[in-house]
Amino acid sequence: MAYNLKNEANKPERLVGGHRLCAGCGAAIAVRGVLRALDPEDKAVVVNATSCLEVSTFLYPYTAYTDSYIHSAFENAGATAGGVETAYRVLKKRGKIDENYKFIAFGGDGGTYDIGIQSLSGALERGHDMVYVCYDNEAYMNTGIQRSSSTPRFADATTTPVGSVIPGKFQNKKDLTAIVAAHDIPYAAQTTFIGNFKDLHEKSRKAIYTEGPAFLNILSPCPRGWRYETEDLADICKLAVETCVWPLYEIEEGVWKLNYSPKKKLPVEEFLIRQGRFSHMFEPGNEWMIEETQNYVDSKWEKLLARCG
Amino acid sequence: MSIKERLSGNEAVAIAMKQINPDVMGAFPITPSTEIPQYFSGYVANGEVDTEFVAVESEHSAMSTCFAAQAAGARAVTATSSAGMAFMWEMLYVTASARLPVTMALVNRALTGPININNDHSDSMGARDSGWIQLYSESNQEAYDNFIMAMPIGENKAVRLPVMVCQDGFITSHAVENIELLEDNEVRHFVGEYDPDHYLLKKENPLAVGPYDISAYYMDHKILQAEAMKNAKSVILSVAKDFQKLTGRSYGFFEEYMMEDAETAIVVIGSSAGTAKEAIKELRSSGKRVGLIKIRVFRPFPMDELAGALSHVKAIAVMDKCEGFSACGGPLFAETRSALYDLDVRPKSINYVYGLGGRDIRVEDFEFIFGELESIVKTGLTGKIYRHLGQREEEVLK
Amino acid sequence: MTTRAKDINETTPWQKLTPGGEIYEGGTSILVDTGSWRTMRPVFHEEKCTHCMLCYPFCPDSSIPVVGGRRQDFDLMHCKGCGICFKICPVNAITFVKEEA
Repeated sequence: MAYNLKNEANKPERLVGGHRLCAGCGAAIAVRGVLRALDPEDKAVVVNATSCLEVSTFLYPYTAYTDSYIHSAFENAGATAGGVETAYRVLKKRGKIDENYKFIAFGGDGGTYDIGIQSLSGALERGHDMVYVCYDNEAYMNTGIQRSSSTPRFADATTTPVGSVIPGKFQNKKDLTAIVAAHDIPYAAQTTFIGNFKDLHEKSRKAIYTEGPAFLNILSPCPRGWRYETEDLADICKLAVETCVWPLYEIEEGVWKLNYSPKKKLPVEEFLIRQGRFSHMFEPGNEWMIEETQNYVDSKWEKLLARCG
Repeated sequence: MSIKERLSGNEAVAIAMKQINPDVMGAFPITPSTEIPQYFSGYVANGEVDTEFVAVESEHSAMSTCFAAQAAGARAVTATSSAGMAFMWEMLYVTASARLPVTMALVNRALTGPININNDHSDSMGARDSGWIQLYSESNQEAYDNFIMAMPIGENKAVRLPVMVCQDGFITSHAVENIELLEDNEVRHFVGEYDPDHYLLKKENPLAVGPYDISAYYMDHKILQAEAMKNAKSVILSVAKDFQKLTGRSYGFFEEYMMEDAETAIVVIGSSAGTAKEAIKELRSSGKRVGLIKIRVFRPFPMDELAGALSHVKAIAVMDKCEGFSACGGPLFAETRSALYDLDVRPKSINYVYGLGGRDIRVEDFEFIFGELESIVKTGLTGKIYRHLGQREEEVLK
Repeated sequence: MTTRAKDINETTPWQKLTPGGEIYEGGTSILVDTGSWRTMRPVFHEEKCTHCMLCYPFCPDSSIPVVGGRRQDFDLMHCKGCGICFKICPVNAITFVKEEA
């Protein structure tokens, strides 16, 4: 069935208002988008790593989810989802439950790229029928914008601040989507908030309704950490895609497919200049930072094009 | 109808698990508990249980899996030791505070470092504040019996707490002894069905587990949890009563061995009690009035009952098979001494930290201890309170 | 035990709280007035709206209700005034004004 935003909009909300996420938070948009891909008659258990999302969406006694929800710790959303999914299979086998459930874990880049990577890897390797969604805001935002392995090079973060000797984060961003793909799971994809959300929605549907483990990496801008005006979120996402900083692609049964190739690839500066975390790169004498960033984005893009065939 | 067998402690616990037929086992190998998930995997592979075995990639994930499965409405079990327990330490607290009655077989082994694979109680003692019910076993029989009683205790609606059943690594877990097993259907009937009021996969309403609690709520939730641990005391006794009806074997908070007229006594946990009982038999044959209390239930701590059982004794030695590094004694000593505080007349008490990293303790050592207690009673002088036993000492040149 | 979120607050005694901090209903956060956070407010001009729905998925706070394929006025109890919808609307059916004190 072709994507129809209006039909999707008629569905009951699965993430309701009243949560404590910041005004303009990308994480909330990601969660709403993924949960919207569920068929209304299917139930879900939302699994959540400790994160901005978790502390804001289940602050006692207020849960923003209409589905069941479980949070345990920071580094174990993968294992927690695996545990719920296993219980589901056993209880169904024993005849104790008969509804259909989907298991969707949400973790930030902190709980996914770094402290949670072992747990994620284990869950993917064991083949649980689940979706792991990383809402990637490129730093440990909940604790105050400390760098994660997902933070881009040169970004100003509170543990990689721009100083007179060191200009922000030293390393390039870890390529988690490729690491996940190397687990040979049925489905993995990168997406963000573009246009009428068709890309995110279709990928969420594939992830949820493909049997076995699936992974979504959703670039989720954070106005506080990235330092842009809250209303500019959609622009930021569009620029991330049009500059090829955040390519939209999917890996289905090991086959890499590029979902969008910009007709006119924008220079990376257009993405960087909109965010305060990169503002130092525009100071005189720092042109080399922009040049290195452009080279890096170009090289990653070329490699991706080659992989996607 | 009891089945007579000869099994190691690990085999016995694995069989108990098989007979219970839990929904989920999430486990990771670590010496000396490894055999438990290994035996169990054999049952799974042969279709002897309906359990899903999740071969997790770490102990933290093992407890996460059990926590999640239990929250989802399934019975979950695991087994571990030492560093594995230490790795899941965070999740022990999470599981207990979420009031999920996960059941764990803990095969006691010394905590690293240095790394050592032999028995002491540093792992379970290190988790004594985690909110888990802690039952200790002297033998394979006790480990088997305790494991079967664990679920009716933890799953009781007034309790809703996870339970760890401890046994000494290698000494109990690997040594083959006689044992009496129950029939499968007797075990299944005794543990019943897991029937939580709410669970993640409940049809009628969703469940949200694991909130962020602001300070206005955290303490109150913890007090609810503390009440549950208090409630566990009476539930432990009533489950033991039911168990006795089924098997004839009786259990309480602790075992009292030759305590009725004891002048001096030892308080001990685990397999060392067996060695101590041999010493007691010997000393009794020469007229010494000596006795022993072997603690079965450490959490909740049977403070009043222990004080009552020791009130008539003149001097006691509390045996700690772990260091607490308090610089003034081990954990069992501290809690026992605290229990004695309100007695009008209380025994003199000393502490022996012993058996660390599997350091042996022999019948002669217990005879020595009773000798020390006898001179304390004779002279009225306690001497050094915090003592170690079993180490090599330098000769003190006179 | 007080089981419903609407009855639980910072005066509830410990005996009445839910064990482990469990909650037995969905979407209880709807009770929270996050609209009070606003310093800016979106205004919906229905006469201009083509109900393209492009604003709807961008709202982090689920504050653009949709009924029968038509977007309704903002849920001002929950709207935090981030302005994403104002920027995204292709027909200027949303304006963005300062919230009154």
